Amino acid sequence: MRMLRKGVRTAAIVAAASLVLTACGNGDTADLTDDTEADADATGDEETDDPGDDPDEDAAEAGDLGSVTYQEGEAIQIRSLEAISGDVAFLGIPNQRGTEIAIADYGDVQGFAVELGTPLDDLCSADGGQSAAQTIVSDDTVAGVIGTSCSGAGVPASELISSAGMVMVSASNTNPALTQTPFGTEGENFSEGYYRTAHNDLYQGAAVAEFVYEELGLTQMAAIHDGDPYTDGLTTAFQDAFTELGGEVVVYTAVNKGDTDMVPVLTEVAGENPEGIFVPIFPPEVNRVAEQYVNVEGLEDVVMISADGAQVEGFLEIAEAEGFYFSGPSLQFEGNNNEITDKSATDFLEDYQEQYGEAPSAAFWAHAYDATTLLLQAIDNVAEVGDDGSLTIDRAALRDELYSTSFQGLIGQITCDEFGDCGAGEIQIILHEDSSVTDATQIPVVYTFVPSE
Amino acid sequence: MATTTTPTTSAATSSAPAPAAPGVDVARAVRVGAIGSVALAFVAAIGMLQTFDNRVVFVPFLSLGDVIFFAVPLVTGYLAGVVPPGPMGGTPRVSAARALLGAAIAGVVVAALPAVLIATLRSDLDLRRTFPNLSPGLAQILTLGQEGAAGYLALLAVCVGLALVGGALLLTEERMRRAVVRGVEIVLVLALIELIARQFLGNLGLGALHQRLYVTNSGLRWLPAVVLFVLFTAVSYVLAGRRASARERMLRTGPERQRRSLIVTLVLAAALLVMPMLVGSIVNELFVNVGLFMLMALGLNIIVGYSGLLDLGHVTFFAVGAYGMAVLTSPASPGFAPELGWWLALPIIVAMAAAAGIFVGTPVIRLRGDYLAIVTLGFAAILERLFISDWLRPYFGGAQGIRRIPGVSVGATTVSGTDPRAMLYLTIGFVLVAVYVSWRLQGSRIGRAWAALREDETTAQAMGVDTTKAKLMAFVAGAMISSFAGALFAAKVGSVFPNSFELLVSIVILVIVIVGGMGHIPGVLLGAVVLIGILGGPRLPGLLQEFQDYKMLIYGTLLVYMMLMKPEGLLPSVRRTRELHQEEFLQDAWFDKKGHFTDDPDATGAEVAVTEASAPPIAGDAADGTEPR
Amino acid sequence: MTATDPPRTQAPSLFTRARRRLTWVDSFLWVIRVGAVLLIAWGLIGSIQRFTAGLGPTGSQWRDLLVAAIAFGAMYGLIAIGYSMVYGVLGFINFAHGEVFMSGAFIGYFAATALSNGGLWQSNPIIAMLLTLLVSMATSTFMAVLVERVAYRRLRSSPRLIPLITSIGVSFFLQYSFLGLFGATVRTYPTLPPFMTGNIDILGVPVQRSQLLVIVVAAVAMSGLWQFVTRTKTGRAMRAVAEDKEIAALMGINVDRTIVTTFAVGGAMAGIAGMLYGQLYGVSFFMGFLPGIKAFTAAVLGGIGVIPGAMAGGVLLGLFEGVGPLLILGGLGIASPSQLRDAVAFSALVLVLIFRPSGLFGEAVGAEDRA
Repeated sequence: MRMLRKGVRTAAIVAAASLVLTACGNGDTADLTDDTEADADATGDEETDDPGDDPDEDAAEAGDLGSVTYQEGEAIQIRSLEAISGDVAFLGIPNQRGTEIAIADYGDVQGFAVELGTPLDDLCSADGGQSAAQTIVSDDTVAGVIGTSCSGAGVPASELISSAGMVMVSASNTNPALTQTPFGTEGENFSEGYYRTAHNDLYQGAAVAEFVYEELGLTQMAAIHDGDPYTDGLTTAFQDAFTELGGEVVVYTAVNKGDTDMVPVLTEVAGENPEGIFVPIFPPEVNRVAEQYVNVEGLEDVVMISADGAQVEGFLEIAEAEGFYFSGPSLQFEGNNNEITDKSATDFLEDYQEQYGEAPSAAFWAHAYDATTLLLQAIDNVAEVGDDGSLTIDRAALRDELYSTSFQGLIGQITCDEFGDCGAGEIQIILHEDSSVTDATQIPVVYTFVPSE
Repeated sequence: MATTTTPTTSAATSSAPAPAAPGVDVARAVRVGAIGSVALAFVAAIGMLQTFDNRVVFVPFLSLGDVIFFAVPLVTGYLAGVVPPGPMGGTPRVSAARALLGAAIAGVVVAALPAVLIATLRSDLDLRRTFPNLSPGLAQILTLGQEGAAGYLALLAVCVGLALVGGALLLTEERMRRAVVRGVEIVLVLALIELIARQFLGNLGLGALHQRLYVTNSGLRWLPAVVLFVLFTAVSYVLAGRRASARERMLRTGPERQRRSLIVTLVLAAALLVMPMLVGSIVNELFVNVGLFMLMALGLNIIVGYSGLLDLGHVTFFAVGAYGMAVLTSPASPGFAPELGWWLALPIIVAMAAAAGIFVGTPVIRLRGDYLAIVTLGFAAILERLFISDWLRPYFGGAQGIRRIPGVSVGATTVSGTDPRAMLYLTIGFVLVAVYVSWRLQGSRIGRAWAALREDETTAQAMGVDTTKAKLMAFVAGAMISSFAGALFAAKVGSVFPNSFELLVSIVILVIVIVGGMGHIPGVLLGAVVLIGILGGPRLPGLLQEFQDYKMLIYGTLLVYMMLMKPEGLLPSVRRTRELHQEEFLQDAWFDKKGHFTDDPDATGAEVAVTEASAPPIAGDAADGTEPR
Repeated sequence: MTATDPPRTQAPSLFTRARRRLTWVDSFLWVIRVGAVLLIAWGLIGSIQRFTAGLGPTGSQWRDLLVAAIAFGAMYGLIAIGYSMVYGVLGFINFAHGEVFMSGAFIGYFAATALSNGGLWQSNPIIAMLLTLLVSMATSTFMAVLVERVAYRRLRSSPRLIPLITSIGVSFFLQYSFLGLFGATVRTYPTLPPFMTGNIDILGVPVQRSQLLVIVVAAVAMSGLWQFVTRTKTGRAMRAVAEDKEIAALMGINVDRTIVTTFAVGGAMAGIAGMLYGQLYGVSFFMGFLPGIKAFTAAVLGGIGVIPGAMAGGVLLGLFEGVGPLLILGGLGIASPSQLRDAVAFSALVLVLIFRPSGLFGEAVGAEDRA
């Protein structure tokens, strides 16, 4: 009886609250566009100077999203949002540093310095990415963002940044839904103002499938992922593409991050007699797989294929990694120059080594460098210096500029299409046979896949 | 050189003057100094000094890294001179010689290990393969930027100087000491919240004030900092004189206390209503996260705090709420996508959480405390694995999770993570509901059953309390409240991934409840504000980016510290404090308010302790370790 | 049960007694029991059917998996000893024991690398590995004793849940200290010397030499420990303190010192496990948490407080966790069964704690402590 009374009381309160909130009528979504105006306007008043801005509409007219103005002596603010802490730091830190070097190389924008501010952490998770993005969008002096590292974080972050009128360029998000589907339509998580120089994972899955089926002639494959949305997305894409080509994924299974004993999962795989295993997981799990698969009866001769998550020194240097194939974005930067800063990949790596005392720990630094120069050049093209010496950047114009940019970068030709895919999207398969070579760019390429548009 | 004497107490006479202070205790000073040295070297080696060095607190002189660097010798110097309480209790006065000389000795010792570190860093030896955080920048910080021998001297000067300051603090009267500490705390906090202050003052039209006090994107200007420090120290000092002793405050009951509580509640409520309008969206976002953890902590509070059942897997109910909401409302939910509205789905979620509470609670009813804890941990781990599994991917999305969860429709608009202010109002609403429900439950019949259960399960059963029902109700109530948090979380982020529901979250919620004050609602709320607000959750950032790498370390340290020193929490309930500090209260029967030994019953706090029976705070355990296993 | 029952003049029938005692909680638990048994049986049948149809792993693949699982379980057993002993003596679960294990493995790694750089690892592997083992054991012992001194000593007389919560705090402190000090990279020991690689034939079964090493070392450690506990004075003191602290004190045993010894011995065992684990699977700051909880499961499985039970429980858990997913879950047709390996381990934990907390070899626990 008491319980019932309490329950009724609670329900009544909840109902009353929802009625009140309903009655409050129009909420504060318009408020966010307030933040994009210059500092002085902030009064907490609900009025907007711009006409009702619906973030879902295409920002076709200039001036729709407001602008950001820097006074003389101030610096243009851009932000870096990567996975820089914890066990995924090896992914995000090279991107952040790539951005830093690019800013230094680019120099001033029309006499105004460019500042990166405190590097932000996307925590490789949706909630982390959202919170960090919130920090960015509430600072209305920010013009653009380079990030995120993890696709899971990219989804809410891109949404937030888009509704704030800002722009974001990612160097490592590869999840297909963020930009477009293979049919040329808008991806499920597409946001206006989001761009990326990284490739699309659907193509990577297709590339591996094609390579395995046509080049290696294998028809029975196993696939192992590690519970990460990225690796799981890759194995799913691979499975779909491989099956369509006529092959069969005889066993599709997974390990957990932190697992060290791979014998059970390898026994499970061995039981189905695959000819090869696609295992695009990260170190240290991929190290354990490499060390243990040779001891499992039935797997002595399988072909092992991993992906760019494992193309790091920590894995490439072990003897057991010899013989592995790796899929990943095309890393043939030899001879490529970023035409904006006139920097070659070799120069970049030298700078990196000198400044940070080590080589980059993951493969997307060039994508980050190009992403930053992309952003800076667009800002440069769009920014206008006023009579009082202040610099104004119209946000809508910046977006349009980015959508129509095309230049030669470290990773190849950078051309942004209407969905934000800017990179060339080429996938390469490399064969690692010498464990003394730990730089993925030096490993010989055995296959190249170009997505057919 | 130094004499070590034990405090002499004059025996029988009442209200005897404070015993004579002992001489310098070199052994203690060296020991404390050694610990301080290790602590400083540790803090340096984990990279805290360098990371925090980027955050300037007092422009342009002090960074947060400097503050931590200075804090270690300061605390060491203070502790070096502290006289351990004698066999009869009480705190003797400390002589100037003991305090200062002891502090100086401790200070010198503190500098030892850091000096070794500096030498290593300056040499060609590159230890970075082993200790990645020992970069040359560290040497700069430790030597205050000086080269060569001057660097070592600088280190020594800092250590000894600050230790002396710590020792001097020991000599001041307690009231002044507390006031100074309070002043430093407040000024530090003010310096760290520069961004919040910028938005707050900006929204109030006081942007110019912000410019005067702060440097944008940095910290407090040093002059206003000093002024504020003096101001707050003075204010604390004055107020401390007015405030009655903690014990008296705790004893206060009746209409006076209720009136006080009512005023405080009304003020807080008003502040809550107005605050989201006045601060910017970063703070709103932060407080939404705080609010979510508040909800979970309130849920856990019912299970751990009220009923004494240690639940190490509380994230289960959060996950049920979040995944439940995702499945029920998202069009992208694989398998089963009814696409209900958020409000319509909410009662279903709460019912599911109640069922989960029963499912988790029933098997553990007959288990004793520690096994209960582990089983709940096991359940949470199993659930986490199930959510990420390929097996249940057709229902829960596996590693890809469930995306495109719509927000909460309130009136004409949809509230989701893109609008933190509205989200915060919504969260505050739910927190208020949860607080109200918790509060009423505590005072109700079931609340008393829980208290009986917590104190001694066997006795409760003997007295006719249905402990089975009580335990189940605890789990159900806690689950329902935590599921609110899950439902809000799903709508806020718009997607659920399995890695948001890891074991760490359960532990963090437990830390909040314990550090805040087990069983005491204001304590739990305060714990959530302080911990999540400043440090952040396992995958959520807190106020300062710099804490990101160290927050779990701080959580662990806090938990150990609180358990050892103050298990009742920061803002404890009166009852719990009595339970946990039983022995101290019994001893206090012999001491007057100044801490001097007395046998005059009118001068003591004897009324507090003598009649209470020994009461272990958590169910199912005797106070000593000799119960049969 | 109630005061208003009429006085009975004859003993109630079995049926009535059974019906009266069956509350709905009991029914719930019976449902779980029956459900678990059914699931396991069904899965087994499914696997057998697949096997006889020629699907899935072959007999020799299953056999190899079995051996591997036993070897892995032996490591769990070594860690479980520490949990069992501390629980026996002090009555609480020492969460930090997983980190004691981790610290031994970690510092052992540095020793091994140093020896490898110095050449001793290659030239005289046995001495080198013994030295590494010594370093690992010393570190773990030191860590265990330190934790006891700093965190647990003061809480001797507290209710048993306070040290448990404190141990959680210590566990996190240690984990993240190691992260801060040494970074997040997973490090691997220098490669095993050649005589340790490859297989060896034991009774016709090919066993990897590294697996054999683990099993042999674990067996030696166990027997050494058993001798210590049953034959020496300190060992007897430990058993006495575990039995009843106060009486032991009255009999003249230095309880404090015995408790420290208990922690030390548990730590040493964990150090052995640490070196083995690190050698085969690498070291990182988070390597101790999950194995720690699983080792506790092993300790409970075997009977908490009973030392040989800890090893038995470890091997048993290794089997459950290594073979279980493929055998049972695979037999049930569940996708990606290997992903649910931890779920199987934790299910074992939950089921044992609810239905048989005394474990295999433990004393029957009183009715109020059992479900």
